[in-house]
Amino acid sequence: MSARTRELFGLIPVSLLVAAGFASVLATRTEEVSDATLTYGAVFLGLCVIAHLFIRARLPDADPYLFPLAALLAAIGLVLIYRIDPEFAREQAQWFVVGLVFFCATILAIHDHHVLERYRYTIAAVGIALLAMPRLPGIGEQIHGAFLAIKLGPIQFQPAEFAKLAIIVFLASYLRETGDILVRARLRPLPATNQLLLFGLPAVGTVLAILVLGLGPAGSALLVVFVASLVAVLRERPSPKHFGPLLLVWGLAMLMLIFIRDLGSSLMFFGGFLVLLYVATSRLSLVGVGATMFFGGAFFLARNVNHVQERVDIWIDPFKPGVVNDEGYQIAQSLFAQADGGLFGQGFGEALISFGGTSLLPAAHTDLIYAVLVNEAGLFGAAGVLGAYLLFAYRGFKTATVAPDGFSKLLAVGLTAVFALQVFVIVGGVTRVIPLTGVTLPFVSYGGSSIVANMVLLALLLVVSDHARADRIRRGGLV
Amino acid sequence: MNAQIRNVYGLFILLFALLVGFTSYWAVLDAKGLEDNPDNRRALIEEQTIPRGLIFARDGRTRIAANRAENRGDARVFVREYPQGGLFAHPIGYSFLRNGRRSLEQSRNDELAGEENEFESIFAGLEGRDREGSDVVTNLDVAGTEAAVTGLAERKGGVVAIEPQTGKVRVMVSIPEYDPNLIPTDFRALDTDPDKPTFNRTTQELYPPGSTFKVVTATAALDTGKVTPETIIDGSSPKEISGVALANSGGQSFGPISFTDGLTNSVNTVFAQVGERVGPATLVEYMKRYGFFADPELDYPSFQMIPSGIRRNGTQYVQDGFDAGRVAIGQGGSEGAVEATPMQMALVAAGIANGGRLMKPRLTDRIVGKDGRVKERIEPDLQSEVMKPETAAQLTEMMSRVVEEGTGTAAALSGVRVAGKTGTAEVGANREFTQPWFICFAPVENPRLAVAVTLERQPAGSQGGTVAAPIARDVLEALLGGGL
Repeated sequence: MSARTRELFGLIPVSLLVAAGFASVLATRTEEVSDATLTYGAVFLGLCVIAHLFIRARLPDADPYLFPLAALLAAIGLVLIYRIDPEFAREQAQWFVVGLVFFCATILAIHDHHVLERYRYTIAAVGIALLAMPRLPGIGEQIHGAFLAIKLGPIQFQPAEFAKLAIIVFLASYLRETGDILVRARLRPLPATNQLLLFGLPAVGTVLAILVLGLGPAGSALLVVFVASLVAVLRERPSPKHFGPLLLVWGLAMLMLIFIRDLGSSLMFFGGFLVLLYVATSRLSLVGVGATMFFGGAFFLARNVNHVQERVDIWIDPFKPGVVNDEGYQIAQSLFAQADGGLFGQGFGEALISFGGTSLLPAAHTDLIYAVLVNEAGLFGAAGVLGAYLLFAYRGFKTATVAPDGFSKLLAVGLTAVFALQVFVIVGGVTRVIPLTGVTLPFVSYGGSSIVANMVLLALLLVVSDHARADRIRRGGLV
Repeated sequence: MNAQIRNVYGLFILLFALLVGFTSYWAVLDAKGLEDNPDNRRALIEEQTIPRGLIFARDGRTRIAANRAENRGDARVFVREYPQGGLFAHPIGYSFLRNGRRSLEQSRNDELAGEENEFESIFAGLEGRDREGSDVVTNLDVAGTEAAVTGLAERKGGVVAIEPQTGKVRVMVSIPEYDPNLIPTDFRALDTDPDKPTFNRTTQELYPPGSTFKVVTATAALDTGKVTPETIIDGSSPKEISGVALANSGGQSFGPISFTDGLTNSVNTVFAQVGERVGPATLVEYMKRYGFFADPELDYPSFQMIPSGIRRNGTQYVQDGFDAGRVAIGQGGSEGAVEATPMQMALVAAGIANGGRLMKPRLTDRIVGKDGRVKERIEPDLQSEVMKPETAAQLTEMMSRVVEEGTGTAAALSGVRVAGKTGTAEVGANREFTQPWFICFAPVENPRLAVAVTLERQPAGSQGGTVAAPIARDVLEALLGGGL
């Protein structure tokens, strides 16, 4: 069976799921199953088949599982959003169509993703500009204290969703070129005295710093890891000039924390950067330096920027009296809703979202959609959706491993990592693994920017995959 | 690079496992804790959209709790109302969205709210049935409750009446009461009122039981054969007990008298000696058989009950090291003094009345579905065999003497033989108040009712026999009325 036929068959259960999901929601609402449910399933299947035919024509060798997985997630999202508000679902369906248009346009425009390398500094500039836009007076909008959206007339737009693509493309291209130079071994055995100096001084310094600053266990651990990683990096005596851009990315992440005031998106961007750095250089020491610098910076900001500190306090104890019905309301209600879900959930359409005009799940269709999912589909349903994301990530990383060149590998790894990190940041926020921040659950949450950006991400992954697999098939390595 | 990519994928598997782990924690492992969080109003809101089951008095007709429909924004909800006002406030409690639930409304919430297990609700869904609450018919008696309220006459205190053979709680009155209809508007004022109207004195307050506790001491002494009703004991006053002189009520000295006469006249010195003869371990053993040192096994929320027992400094429960002589007469010292709830003392009377077989107390008689079908009937259930039937018979005979010729004559009913025991504990910093008690059961030949009455901080000179016994008589009369 060819890859494309497998993809087509993958779409059938997705359509059945849409039909069944809408049937179940409508049954709860009107106590009768109307033909509308079948129509929804048929229209969704139709759209997916069109996209499938397009992939068949343009990218015949691309990975056959990525698109059905994305369609599955989008279908679950549509059902959940329909259940929250049919009007939102209608808009989301329109955005899904727009997303498919962008999906096809991306595949048409970028026949070979290597062209992106040529424009990497332009792309980086666009990415940074996108990130800065929400802080611009006039168009920027502050939501829950974070600057993540801009407003152009009636359209609200989340530039960070697109910035993540630009930053990943830039980093993949930059690290492909400098990754080797960064760690090119210039290791000559040092004289014994210098060895002693290199290891002894930092060790003594660290102990002194911990004592003088009176650091707690977390701070001390952070400092120890930082110094150890730094020593490991310096031991290879890399050329300082190549570290400029790396410091720039770290500074950018810190600036994001300060200016955008959003812990979640900063974690997502910086996490994606560290993954790429690790894959490009295979040096955990670099990741150690970067990660400790990020957490140190985040820790400092959590102490000194009110908005960030507040988020962290809510995260540590959302049930505190005076907090639980105020700033902590959203996360507390999210957990209460999940507790109602249990193992199997209450069934589609059964979740209690609002009552008598007061919302019991603020931003149910965006931030808290995972809580709605746990409530209605239970632990098993939610674990199933997380499994779908993990399979998506698996296919993404698989694409990277079969890709023939460094840029393709890094691009596929970066896109997949930033996608999976976004899932971790929002689901982790909703389940109180990390502080809750306002990023979307890719393909599932309501939101035009999110759907469109993730469709473009999927298109890029498929382009890389098509090249990689076609290359493999030519060389007879993939059957 | 591929090795690194695989490591990255491994990291993401770990991260996602963490997400599944946390989801499991909230959705399953800690679900109960989150559902019980007082700030979680989801269950209450869901319950408000279905009509809650009604609560009836024993006659099955008198509505204690009902519903009225109200519109809240776009939603239609049912709000609780209590047609009997404060009369049943303490046993029944309330259930409101913002104030939560108390008393039977809390302990029978699953039935009243129509909570079903996962399989039942699947079947209900398949059959297209809406979730609905079941009605609760209680054992509470309107006339008996009114008699108790009238008898206490706004004095703080509690009255409990129990059917000895079945454990049915027929009266549970705590004064002051509160009107549950006012809870949504006046909750804070009621909850902080220094008179504690929302506090159930029959299950939540511990009082010194005074001489009514001599019945417990007598149970231990007779049942273990340490004494018989005819045993002659020196009733002189004062008498040295644990190295400190102990006096009889009013300093009266009786000389050598029988154990029966000791109970009839409530002679402290006699019972202190008997208590020392029985010893602390046996005394504690019999107290436990009566239900002391544990919450009553009542269908009532545990946060509204407190165990009776021997406590040091009014906080710490102790089971040894106390002055057995003084505990035996319902008092004690700094090493531990006996304290009891009115519910516990009613259970003591009920245990003797039922031939030594103590039945678990029950507020609920049956659960009735909306279709009129009885879903569950609460059958009588043995709590413990406190004593041998012969011991119970001896105690019954001794206690009937108390009402016929002793301290409890005010409880005497015409045509019905009553067995009882008075108690009067001195309380307050300078012993300027008393805690009058009366526990009893009737008719002696075939006891159908056991009653405990106590009043809080009464003026000096108020005796159990003069203040509490008449209330018990009125309650007995109201409840046994037809069967006289």
